[in-house]
Amino acid sequence: MELSKLLAVSMLSLAIAGCASSGGTTDEASNTDMSAQESQTQGVPGSPDLDVVTEEQAAMASNAMLEQTTVYFGYDRSEIRPEFKDLLNAHASYLVANPQASIVLEGHCDERGTVEYNLALGERRADTVKRYLIVQGANPSQIESVSFGEERPAMMGSDDSAMSKNRRAEIKYQ
Amino acid sequence: MIKRYILLFLLSFCALAQAELTIEITQGIASSIPISVVPFKFEGSLTDDIDEIVRSDLERSGHFTLLAPDDMLSLPATEDDIYFTDWRLLQQDYIVVGTVKLLPNKQYQIRYQLFDVFSETELLTQTLTGSASQLRDIAHRISDAIYEQLTGIRGAFSTKIAYVTTNPQRTAFSLSIADSDGAREKTVLTSKFSIISPSWSPDGKRLAYVLVEDDGSKVYIQHLETGKKELISAQKGINSAPAFSPDGKKLALVLSKDGNPEIYVVELATKNWTRVTSHYAIDTEPNWMPDGKHLIFTSGRTGNPQIYRVNLTSGYIERLTFEGSYNARARLAQDGRFLVLVHQENKGAPFRIASLDLMRGLLQSLTSDTQLDESPSVSPNGVMVMYAAKYNGRSILAAVSVAGDVRFLLPSKNGDVREPAWGPYLN
Repeated sequence: MELSKLLAVSMLSLAIAGCASSGGTTDEASNTDMSAQESQTQGVPGSPDLDVVTEEQAAMASNAMLEQTTVYFGYDRSEIRPEFKDLLNAHASYLVANPQASIVLEGHCDERGTVEYNLALGERRADTVKRYLIVQGANPSQIESVSFGEERPAMMGSDDSAMSKNRRAEIKYQ
Repeated sequence: MIKRYILLFLLSFCALAQAELTIEITQGIASSIPISVVPFKFEGSLTDDIDEIVRSDLERSGHFTLLAPDDMLSLPATEDDIYFTDWRLLQQDYIVVGTVKLLPNKQYQIRYQLFDVFSETELLTQTLTGSASQLRDIAHRISDAIYEQLTGIRGAFSTKIAYVTTNPQRTAFSLSIADSDGAREKTVLTSKFSIISPSWSPDGKRLAYVLVEDDGSKVYIQHLETGKKELISAQKGINSAPAFSPDGKKLALVLSKDGNPEIYVVELATKNWTRVTSHYAIDTEPNWMPDGKHLIFTSGRTGNPQIYRVNLTSGYIERLTFEGSYNARARLAQDGRFLVLVHQENKGAPFRIASLDLMRGLLQSLTSDTQLDESPSVSPNGVMVMYAAKYNGRSILAAVSVAGDVRFLLPSKNGDVREPAWGPYLN
């Protein structure tokens, strides 16, 4: 059971790796990480256990992914990091499967840099996620975005861990 | 019941609202001018000690060294009482003496004189009258006059500052106005939403600001006399970074309704909007050149924030900053000769307030003893910059001279303070 769940996840990520290349990110980090992801999943197609993964199990794995609603960003960056693509793909699939569902994407920043530039950067982060979800098939009318800049930190404090938690986009289902 | 909650809510705002700024001078000019401001003669007690306010104003400017009244050999009140030899002995260059009189109509009459100790000549004399509540204004006006007489630069002690106070949890905010020395704080707005980017109208009668509400940021203008709050922009996306034009008739601001942040100008009387920038990068933080025909702004068009200038007539855009990995939120000083901005030398380096001499292209970092320095705002005489920073783990206001040689901190007794905006001359 555990194994098949794992397989379900890896199959999902395989599917995602295919889609993600059309996600339109341009930063170098994502390219290198992408190839790492592809090489990890290479063994899967030949696996004889592959056919035990039912649609139901795949859906469960996807549901677990849907509970994660925050993606994090690098300092002064708004590109989607490769490790968050599975998560976003799961949300995109959900939005495609549930056309009546809608979300608000909240963009946030850490406290470094100016208040106004961060307000703009927060919007950029929310918009990058929005564009990604749309490329994955979500309908633009399902997604609103709003920036809170550095005004609503997830974590107080000026250390690196607090700041990395604050550079984020949150998916809020309405 | 509900009323009681509202009252509690209001009370908690009141507790927050009193930031009570105090001043700690951290650095003054080595070659500052020695001056004595002798306690003004008055029979009775005053709510505000005029000569004390003048002393602290002049000292805070960094241009003067004040002799403490305890170290004075005598306390003259008029020219006849001054023994100039004594003051030369005390190595004083200038002396100020004055008297306060209570008139039958309950008004106070203040007369003071400024003397050059070496030539024993009177440089300045003024008689000012006002009510008890105006004594602070009178003291700041005396400071302005002495400062201008001795430095040749108009004093800005009579001006106001606006700033935002918040609790550490960032759940309650207040916009306050105080004297430039932090005294007489008055809260003009409380909100559960972040208040950012307060910006004065040139006549000092209106404040534009941004509320970061649940459904996005919105630009408002508040009329300070009536307290009336007017919504200026609540378009889809960002509505932010307001800046009044030098004639007070237009507002430059940032809207992202077109998909990404662009700079706009709105004529306030006609609500006629003009789009200024068109670029897929972030364009924000507009500020007017004194001619009212150019804006400076921050843009990420080269990959990191830098300062640009746009000609509003031709649309021609010119890059102004080249040194450093992050230059943002520029303000102008001394008729546009200097830019004062947030500067990061390279990625990972601390954020500092820096000045850029536009004529000579020289960039100078002004701050070093605070962290995450941001939101610089220049005094109307172009001499001092007030900014927000982290100090001992708290958000405080601090000030530094555009020349970099004078520094002071304005720590608050309660709450975190951010987003200072130095107001215009009021007379």
